[in-house]
Amino acid sequence: MALLNLEIDGKPTQIEAGRTVMDAAKQLGIKIPHFCYHRKLSIAANCRMCLVQVEKAPKPLPACATPVTEGMKVHTHSPLAVEAQKAVMEFLLINHPLDCPICDQGGECELQDISVGYGGGASRYQEAKRVVSNKDLGPLISTDMTRCILCTRCVRYGQEIAGIMELGVGGRGEHSEILAFMDLTVDSEVSGNAIDLCPVGALTSKPFRFAARSWELTRFPSVSPHDGLGTQIEVQVKMPNDVVRVLPRKNDDINECWLSDRDRFSYQALHSADRLLHPQVKRDGQWTQVTWAEALQCVVDGLEKVRHDSGGEGIGALLSPHQTLEELYLAQKLLRELGCHNIDHRTRQVDFSLDALQQGTPWLGMAIAHWSDLRAVLVIGSVLRQEQPLLAVRLRRAARSGAQVHRVAARNEDWAMPVAATLLGKPSEWPALLGEILSAVAQQTGIPLPEDLLPLTTTTPSPEALACASNLLTAQGKSAVVLGQLAQQHPDYATLYRLAQVLGEVTGASFGQLALAANTVGAALAGALPQRGAFHTHAQTGLDAQAQWRQPRQAYVVMGLEPSLDCADPTLALKALRQAETVVALSAFKGDAEQWATIMLPIAPFTESAGTFVSMEGRVQSFNGVVSPQGEARPAWKIWRVLGNLLDCPGFAQETLEEVRTEISPDLPLVCREALSNQLSQAPVLKVRASLGTVERVGELPGYHADPLVRRAPALQETALAGDIRVILHPAQAASLGLREGQSVRVRQGEGSVVLPVTLDETLAEGCAVVPIAHPLCASLGEAMGMVVLEGA
Amino acid sequence: MADLKSFVKNWTLSELLKGMSITGRHFFAPKITVQYPEEKTPMSPRFRGLHALRRYPNGEERCIACKLCEAVCPAMAITIESEQREDGSRRTTRYDIDLTKCIFCGFCEESCPVDSIVETRIFEYHGEQRGDLLMTKEKLLAVGDRYEAQIAADRAEDAPYR
Repeated sequence: MALLNLEIDGKPTQIEAGRTVMDAAKQLGIKIPHFCYHRKLSIAANCRMCLVQVEKAPKPLPACATPVTEGMKVHTHSPLAVEAQKAVMEFLLINHPLDCPICDQGGECELQDISVGYGGGASRYQEAKRVVSNKDLGPLISTDMTRCILCTRCVRYGQEIAGIMELGVGGRGEHSEILAFMDLTVDSEVSGNAIDLCPVGALTSKPFRFAARSWELTRFPSVSPHDGLGTQIEVQVKMPNDVVRVLPRKNDDINECWLSDRDRFSYQALHSADRLLHPQVKRDGQWTQVTWAEALQCVVDGLEKVRHDSGGEGIGALLSPHQTLEELYLAQKLLRELGCHNIDHRTRQVDFSLDALQQGTPWLGMAIAHWSDLRAVLVIGSVLRQEQPLLAVRLRRAARSGAQVHRVAARNEDWAMPVAATLLGKPSEWPALLGEILSAVAQQTGIPLPEDLLPLTTTTPSPEALACASNLLTAQGKSAVVLGQLAQQHPDYATLYRLAQVLGEVTGASFGQLALAANTVGAALAGALPQRGAFHTHAQTGLDAQAQWRQPRQAYVVMGLEPSLDCADPTLALKALRQAETVVALSAFKGDAEQWATIMLPIAPFTESAGTFVSMEGRVQSFNGVVSPQGEARPAWKIWRVLGNLLDCPGFAQETLEEVRTEISPDLPLVCREALSNQLSQAPVLKVRASLGTVERVGELPGYHADPLVRRAPALQETALAGDIRVILHPAQAASLGLREGQSVRVRQGEGSVVLPVTLDETLAEGCAVVPIAHPLCASLGEAMGMVVLEGA
Repeated sequence: MADLKSFVKNWTLSELLKGMSITGRHFFAPKITVQYPEEKTPMSPRFRGLHALRRYPNGEERCIACKLCEAVCPAMAITIESEQREDGSRRTTRYDIDLTKCIFCGFCEESCPVDSIVETRIFEYHGEQRGDLLMTKEKLLAVGDRYEAQIAADRAEDAPYR
């Protein structure tokens, strides 16, 4: 694009046509005061703070909304510009209360900072001031609306980034105010960013309210322990030992400047009363607090006994993919030394037939930054907004600029973005739906499909499938096919994987899968898998997560998991755990471990221990602990190391985490990159579950119940999103059971049953019901994608 | 000539008499020694003695937990913890001044936007046990309650110069 020459404050610069004076000034490092301008939002130019003098213009112009022209001469600090800026400042301060001492924004407030430079010493205003009543925006955002300067950043954020216009400007002139629509609360899964965007203290964090001032906080870089995005966060600590706030770090390749509410508010769980603070051992049915030495000796005795009785294969190990690379590496190393190969981190997965065929570690298949440039996407089985809030933000932006979003799903969930086509079907129909898209691609390109897929293809693809196929084809490489969480826990996962992969190949789209946990990719790399060791070293094949429950072991090691909430089939898991002789639970939280464990070892969560997460794009990010562990909790890697010594295993002499990291590989980013691959060595045997005429369960994972941390964050649990645990039925289905919206339905699965309120959704495919997983209410049910029986309660 | 002058001075005892006359004058002059502790010097209303936390006349504590005093304190003698009180206002849950650290510079008083933390005229205090000189919120409020009349009078007197 043509570059234009212009001069700002006497400094010449060049910038592309179409950019603004603000962009050019930024490029030169010249600061122009502003409130309503934000680089990620549209231009409103309503605060007028960025007025600058432009030669040959009769009046000062707003820098944020003035496009550059050839030969433009701008003065940002000329007497005229400064006079204009000071006048604007005076108007802004007319109605702004002088309550900085009790304002949480004090010390990090843009208005405060700029008023130091441009504000008057005293007010000349004598008339009545505007007072605006505070709004209740829910448990996350606290409001002081009199402070609002009506920059409308929050309104534009809702519209443009979060996708839902939850806030708007009501009234006119002096009576303008920011309102939530219909007096509702702000329920978006990325609502917390409005707090960061607010240049004054009108929107502040409710959990953080009055807890500390910005200047007394020490800031530490860290990485989000939730979704597999690898979001960079800044943990703010009130010295000596109190994590009081989490803010985003800016990185345009990952989270830009956003944070999901989960990342932002889950720190509250660190102070939870449910924290496990001391090692405990169950003796004669009684839990007793013991010293670390005693507890570790109990672990050693327990494991040695199993080894003596039934060999290492008598041990089963379920390791959470939320744990760090180093912890998982040492855990699997020790267990393999003991002869145990029953190691797995994929506790929600039920179909493991790809294990022998995976060429590498499955990943997203592309860089996260490229999501913004996509022209066509097919998302298979994902509750995207709850599963990957920030990836949804990126996809939303792409969709708004014309990208075609398609999905294979059981219902038309609101993604707050234009969706080109949804291929609806109950889970057992998903392979056939993918087959339709493949048939459409074959029809449009003439490329023959692999023979094994032919039984799934059709000669008459649906219009949605045709649209999806042609969009994927015309996107010319700027397209992606991804498998979401629902696809990964699908009983026919291997079939879906194969179909999606072939679809990627024939359309030139990138193929990959979303990672639900912070270290899903890292866990696979570290060797927390039954079929291979760290970084694809060969190992004897052990039992996968499901087989470990189906063939109960004599002892279990459970790290960072809550089996009743994190397993594909909670009832099966608990049954296996309860019959075991020794169950070692390494966990930061007690949860219901007292009911199934025999030894509980407190481990340090991400703020209290250093480690490494590998994101779903393969980005290796190490972080340090920011506070010391609470109680007697210890970093899990140290526990594994000491256990290694106590069990006389070689190779457990590491003294620092860096030594562990170097042992895994001296060049982690490189080996991680090389290990990532979604290729299969050969096509898996395709199978499609027959729908038996019963109701199929769609086990959607509610975002605020996804991992042990968010489950214990009180503010998140108070949100409408977290409380909304209900069964979604098709109106016809509900009518056949005699149920109406809001009434209760009994869901039976296996031996368990639960009564939940009903929501009707006419877009839901027939023959299935959405019954959430990972919620304590649903813990008595079975498999996430199994069959359920519905009864009017 | 100088020798003669010195001779006369020495033999007339003039220097001795001069000295004695000063002694005599002071001997009979009114005494200015302050007999502390029975007597005390007058004090400026700006005197920087023991700290106090004040209340409004309706009994509400003034402190709003803005933490400016904590931030400005050069000796790091102040520790504050705050939270939202049930009525939604911003209040301290802890307000400690360690008098063994305090250098009585008066910055805390100067930084306070609501005239809550003040330094009183009290300078005769002591601690008998470890911890006695750690002024907690309760102790500081008690000082404020007890001497409010004096504190308020001092602020009023100094107001024209602030």
